[in-house]
Amino acid sequence: MAEEITPPAAAGAKEVAKPKLVATDGAGHPWVVSLAAGVPDAVLASKQFAGQLTVTVAREKIVEVARHLKSKEDFGYCVDVTAVDWKERAPRFDVVYHFYSFSKNDRIRVKCGAAEGEDVPSIALVYLAANWCERETFDMFGIRFSGHPDLRRILTWEGFHGHPLRKDFPLEGIDTGAAIYPEEWPEGGGPSATDPNRKVVS
Amino acid sequence: MSDDKLSQAERDEAASFAQRAEAGGVARPLSSGNAAPGPAQGEPPTLFDVQEMELNFGPQHPSTHGVLRIILKVDGEKILEAIPDVGFLHRGTEKLFETETYPMGIPHTDRMDYVAAATNNHAFCLTIEKLLDVEVPRRAQLIRVILDELQRLSSHLVWLGTSGIDLGAVTPFWYAFREREQILDFFEEYCGARLTLNCMRIGGLPFDLTAGWVERLMEFVDDLPARIDDYEQLLTDNRIWKKRTIGIGVLTAADCVEYGLTGPLIRASGIEWDLRRAQPYECYDELDFAVPTRQNGDTYDRYIVRVQEMRQSVRILRQCLDRLEPGDIRGKVPRVIKPPAEEIYASIESPKGELGFYCVSNGSNRPYRMHCRPPSFINLQALPKMAKGHLISDLVALIGTIDIVLGEVDR
Repeated sequence: MAEEITPPAAAGAKEVAKPKLVATDGAGHPWVVSLAAGVPDAVLASKQFAGQLTVTVAREKIVEVARHLKSKEDFGYCVDVTAVDWKERAPRFDVVYHFYSFSKNDRIRVKCGAAEGEDVPSIALVYLAANWCERETFDMFGIRFSGHPDLRRILTWEGFHGHPLRKDFPLEGIDTGAAIYPEEWPEGGGPSATDPNRKVVS
Repeated sequence: MSDDKLSQAERDEAASFAQRAEAGGVARPLSSGNAAPGPAQGEPPTLFDVQEMELNFGPQHPSTHGVLRIILKVDGEKILEAIPDVGFLHRGTEKLFETETYPMGIPHTDRMDYVAAATNNHAFCLTIEKLLDVEVPRRAQLIRVILDELQRLSSHLVWLGTSGIDLGAVTPFWYAFREREQILDFFEEYCGARLTLNCMRIGGLPFDLTAGWVERLMEFVDDLPARIDDYEQLLTDNRIWKKRTIGIGVLTAADCVEYGLTGPLIRASGIEWDLRRAQPYECYDELDFAVPTRQNGDTYDRYIVRVQEMRQSVRILRQCLDRLEPGDIRGKVPRVIKPPAEEIYASIESPKGELGFYCVSNGSNRPYRMHCRPPSFINLQALPKMAKGHLISDLVALIGTIDIVLGEVDR
């Protein structure tokens, strides 16, 4: 791998160093101002990095925030909904939404924190596109979206135990077949987990 | 959630959603399905009563383009409800990204949309370049665009061939795959692989072009418009093709935005939106190309849009080949990639739509979280709406027209 990312041989050190990308406060951004005015007590923090605006909002207000962004700020297209597991932090999860506005030709990232076992209000009622994205987030992280019309697992199967993208879910998987095929899938892990030569990746 | 905890606003919203879901055919669990108006109890059913039946379509059906299962509720041949069931090809790619260094993630992206690996590589590398604030040299940018457009052509050719064969048009398949083979030969000569290309690196490219590649590609590109004419001659005015596609799976522009559809689907519904034009990356801003759009939003229009896009790809390829000059192919990237502890989203126009990556870094040499926004997965959400009221044979046309790759849907 080291060979592939060798810097070019040219003496680049003499060039003027580009200013490093730094995150700045986004409090003065017009969308943040509009959001703070339209949905009181919603905006908790905001940040700008590499031209992208991130707004952290209160979990209870996420539906109102989504509705405000859709109707007042013309963010008509919900690009994506996902989550990040910060195992040590409280609240444990960040649910991350991306919205795009055709008229502004720009995106906004909205985040809200959710602790283990806390429900996040579903925005599938506001954006139909969020339907499957929230199902995927539920499946992968175990975050429940209250008010979702059809919150079932989507990528794994009904009856699967655990949520694979949580940081404490083992990379080698869990023994989903132990009860059915005890010889081939011993307790405590599948064939890859019980292989003495397996490579352990934290 | 009990009813007394609901506020009036929430109740109104639930009611309005139920209406919209009814109109739009949003997938609902089978258990809560509304009872069909069947015959009264005790009387034998007559021929004209609604006799609802459940039918499994896939996951081993050849026209599902992979392992897509659709639970159909049908009355005779008419689809009352279609509920896609995905996940048969889930391999936990996003989990794998987290356990390996940034450059080691690139080969995993090949396995997502496996008929368009170059665009996946591109989106992944672009995300990390944006996070690192690395500039890609001009020659690398041009070669990236060439690889992207070749990949777009090859992906659209696979789509043309297979969706044609689904509807009984076998001949275009042979023509389309003849050209696709040649494109794969170009890829093979460039990077050694035909499908899982792994042909981009963070900050540039792994290899320079081989001798004679550009000339041979130029010849091929000069040939292509006549060959695209051949496909059009077989299909565009073909009476059977038109009967099978016109008016099938109509999506309005508002539907497309609501469902988050991108790529040829949104352009066939009249919205001129292409990330190559809206938010240009690499050197797309200096290239001259059109964004083809159509107004009706049916399967036929999506076919026309894709064929037009192939012609535009030929235009882009010509311009890039003309502009190629010797130069660096790799930017200044540190030996060990440790981006700042920030988050970033970057996306490109893949053959299927907006392909984006959301990366959260914690300052180490591995991504803390790497999420893919797959166009196929989001586009597939519209299938229940499109299929409602059509015949089972039209469902085959609809799966083809969304142009899904299950590797990307399930990741």
